[in-house]
Amino acid sequence: MKKTRIIVAKPGLDGHDRGAKIVAMALRDAGMEVIYTGLRQSPSDIVNTALQEDADVIGLSILSGAHMRICDRLLELMNEKGIADKPVVVGGIIPHDDVEILKKKGIAEVFGPGTSLKQLEQRIKELAEKK
Amino acid sequence: MFDQKKLQKIREELHIWCKEQVNKTLEKHPERQQAFKTSCGEELERLYTPLSIEETDYLEDLGFPGDYPFTRGVQPTMYRGRLWTMRQYAGFGTAQESNERYKYLLKQGQTGLSVAFDLPTQIGYDSDHEMSDGEVGRVGVAISSLEDMEVLFEGIPLEKVSTSMTINSTAAVLLAMYIAVAEKQGVSPDKLKGTIQNDILKEYIARGTYIFPPQPSMRIITDIFEYCSKELPYFNTISVSGYHIREAGADAVQEVAFTLADGIEYVKAAIDAGLDPNVFGRRISFFFSAHNNFFEEVAKFRAARRLWARIMKQRFGASDKRALTMRFHTQTAGSTLTAQQPQNNIVRVAYQALAAVLGGTQSLHTNSYDEALGLPTEESVRVALRTQQIIAHESGAPDTVDPLGGSYLVENLTNRIEHQAVSYIDKIDKIGGMIKAIEEGFVQREILDTAYRTQKEIEDNGRTVVGVNKFTSEHAEVPEDILKLDESTEKRQRQNLERLRKKRNNSSVSRSIERISEAARSGESLMPPIIEAVKNYATLGEITEALKEVFGEYTESVII
Amino acid sequence: MNRNDLLSGDELSVSKALTVVESDRVAARSLIGSLPEREYYVIGITGSSGAGKSTLVNWLSVSFSDASRTAVLAIDPSSPFKGGAFLGDRIRMNRASRSGKILIRSMASRGMVGGLSPSVFDAVELLGRCGYHYIIVETVGVGQAETDIVNLSDVVVLVLAPGIGDEIQMMKAGIMEIGDIYTVNKMDIHGADQLANRIRSVLDLADVKREIVKTNSLTGTNVDRLYQLLIGELNRREKSGKIEESRQRRREIAELNTAFSALKEAHSRGVKLEAIMECINRLREDG
Repeated sequence: MKKTRIIVAKPGLDGHDRGAKIVAMALRDAGMEVIYTGLRQSPSDIVNTALQEDADVIGLSILSGAHMRICDRLLELMNEKGIADKPVVVGGIIPHDDVEILKKKGIAEVFGPGTSLKQLEQRIKELAEKK
Repeated sequence: MFDQKKLQKIREELHIWCKEQVNKTLEKHPERQQAFKTSCGEELERLYTPLSIEETDYLEDLGFPGDYPFTRGVQPTMYRGRLWTMRQYAGFGTAQESNERYKYLLKQGQTGLSVAFDLPTQIGYDSDHEMSDGEVGRVGVAISSLEDMEVLFEGIPLEKVSTSMTINSTAAVLLAMYIAVAEKQGVSPDKLKGTIQNDILKEYIARGTYIFPPQPSMRIITDIFEYCSKELPYFNTISVSGYHIREAGADAVQEVAFTLADGIEYVKAAIDAGLDPNVFGRRISFFFSAHNNFFEEVAKFRAARRLWARIMKQRFGASDKRALTMRFHTQTAGSTLTAQQPQNNIVRVAYQALAAVLGGTQSLHTNSYDEALGLPTEESVRVALRTQQIIAHESGAPDTVDPLGGSYLVENLTNRIEHQAVSYIDKIDKIGGMIKAIEEGFVQREILDTAYRTQKEIEDNGRTVVGVNKFTSEHAEVPEDILKLDESTEKRQRQNLERLRKKRNNSSVSRSIERISEAARSGESLMPPIIEAVKNYATLGEITEALKEVFGEYTESVII
Repeated sequence: MNRNDLLSGDELSVSKALTVVESDRVAARSLIGSLPEREYYVIGITGSSGAGKSTLVNWLSVSFSDASRTAVLAIDPSSPFKGGAFLGDRIRMNRASRSGKILIRSMASRGMVGGLSPSVFDAVELLGRCGYHYIIVETVGVGQAETDIVNLSDVVVLVLAPGIGDEIQMMKAGIMEIGDIYTVNKMDIHGADQLANRIRSVLDLADVKREIVKTNSLTGTNVDRLYQLLIGELNRREKSGKIEESRQRRREIAELNTAFSALKEAHSRGVKLEAIMECINRLREDG
């Protein structure tokens, strides 16, 4: 039986991982296989992980404000490696204007502060199935 | 505290009141909730009476402000004498920008500087390292070499200011640079005043800017303690931080318990290094969060202060008054701010700040209301400061010492928090101390469980967050201006480093790096060779790499 | 998935093939069957949680990858409730991951408590046929039913560390016997020497000759020694014919797993359990 596999990654140097860990717990409890990368992952680390783990969805938690740089590089590398079909979702503190820009660039979903775990689970399931 | 006969009478009357008044009311109007709970999941009673603090002995458990066990405050007159320090800090990208800001603040009469460093500096990467990509100057100033530090403090008389540096795993290097800059100004180390955060244990637990495994990290910290006790007697060598533990999802009891357990580990390390707890105890300060549950928070500060005094006295045999007192800085809880209806945050911050003041804090940082959305703007920073000023000058809260002392509820909560924190600390002692508890992931797991439970409670509507799951607005409010950062900092910083690496004497750099490796291996103090290396313009990254080779790197122990 | 891509070990194709292996046993067997057999070695890494297995694999896999193509399978337990899993071994494998030469794949145990899920047997076979010469399998942790790792591997490393405190339990449970090479990790920590001595005396008492190597998986100290011992052991076993025995055993278990899933599938399609058992009994009587 096919299980949904999702990567939960903390790109950059920011160490605030409460959100990432809670999301990982919730998705595991929802029956998904969560590949947790830990802190300080570069975009190339994450793309490498996504490729090797054949993840259905890539989830990033970014609170440092470096989301633009990280997402640009990530999407570029995903393209290079032939995994541009995998949906990428971002959670964290993302200013409103940036949300639209990120979505235009190809980020499938942005989860701002206050997103409920249920909404998040639901949306990730949709994305994994659509893929 | 109360006469036994009178207590008996109260008990009887209370029983009658319950039977005759309360039950009748409940029949007609049930209460809003089945149970009312604190952040720790502790059930609150309907009414607190002298019976709730029956066990409390006034002289032994409360005493007088400025006297052991300091429950009512660390100082006899508290804010009637001097208000708490309103310390608002912010980070600026380059050393140059920060320097200008510091000079401005000093002109305004401020005497204390507060330095926030960017993440690469905090984790030991130079600005030109690939891991630093996109992070240079983002959450604070970028310091890669003594050159940057010289620019940061150019024209600032270091013998006259007190500098607080939020730096942990690379504290030894940054402190070495500070000492070197002072020396260039002709200021001897024993004139230097300030604080380094230097609290590595909470980095493993909550904040994540660790580099080495816990054992060698503790060794570096001990080297700093030892060096400073001889050379920088007026420098506060550690600020034990519960703030980040709370932000990671801990409840009030866990915040107190884990912070004090960290504190215990540092005092043990200092004693092992041959320092006297009566002397070293004076150089420890603490840093807590001010969270939402108002009375619980006030009680938390009081409980922490009392428990620390007892630990210093009973566990470590300290007797010096200043070594027994817990002095702390407080910041309002960033994680309670909501992105929805951001102006609501002003109100949250206001009563969190009031709880800190009623809890007897020594200094306070109030958050800006737009922090859940991005970097704060000038306007939101001003409102945050005004909030403190209103409490100080309009509310009357600081006009008497420990105004909530004697409240049946607050005293009861103070007792409960202390007891529960003690049982956590006992548990950690049984595991074999805080380092072991961290290595095994015990502390992290306890916090994560609380964080997960809290999140679930909020979602199942058990906990109301105004504007988020209740009283929500139809349309999302979009804040108008949110500050964005200048991206050119990184480029400039890279160019400077490239130039530096060419112009410095590279053979003395590698010699001094070699000496650091030797000291790391042999166990002799790391401070002297690090000071020598920074003077030769070895970079932060180079020094850190040398240490990594000997000590290895820490990887988090995530147990879910 | 293009067959040529698989044969050349194209990472993306292999990764997708591993997903097939995990999700669909029938498709997995036919996919594996479509690729020619190749020689490969399975190195099993087991030991209690907290002994530092992942950090050790982080270094060890780099040593192997310098010699030949290497893959790592890191197994973590599935949650019993909804079958989700938290796969966190990669956290400690940054070095291996960043070397750019090693395929690391996290797998959930999927209901196999303490043991290996059947798809791990298929996964190593697939990786072997895709040209991975060394396949390192890190188990969930030592359990009572850890014989699976012995059935899977050509050589097993048992990782222990001072201060974990359950080596006595392990001796009692007979787990100590599964190691072909013993590693006392965290050699810098107090108690490492005593632990190594204790293992030595237990082995001596049982008259078992085994190598014990002390390592520090944080700094990589002595990992090269462990690597050399493993290579030596594999060579010795190759010569003595033991490797061929392990391969045979691995193949048999994989076949058994296939048979079992075929039975399960037949059962779910309505074939009566009695009928199945009758078949088996008849076969048994026929010898």
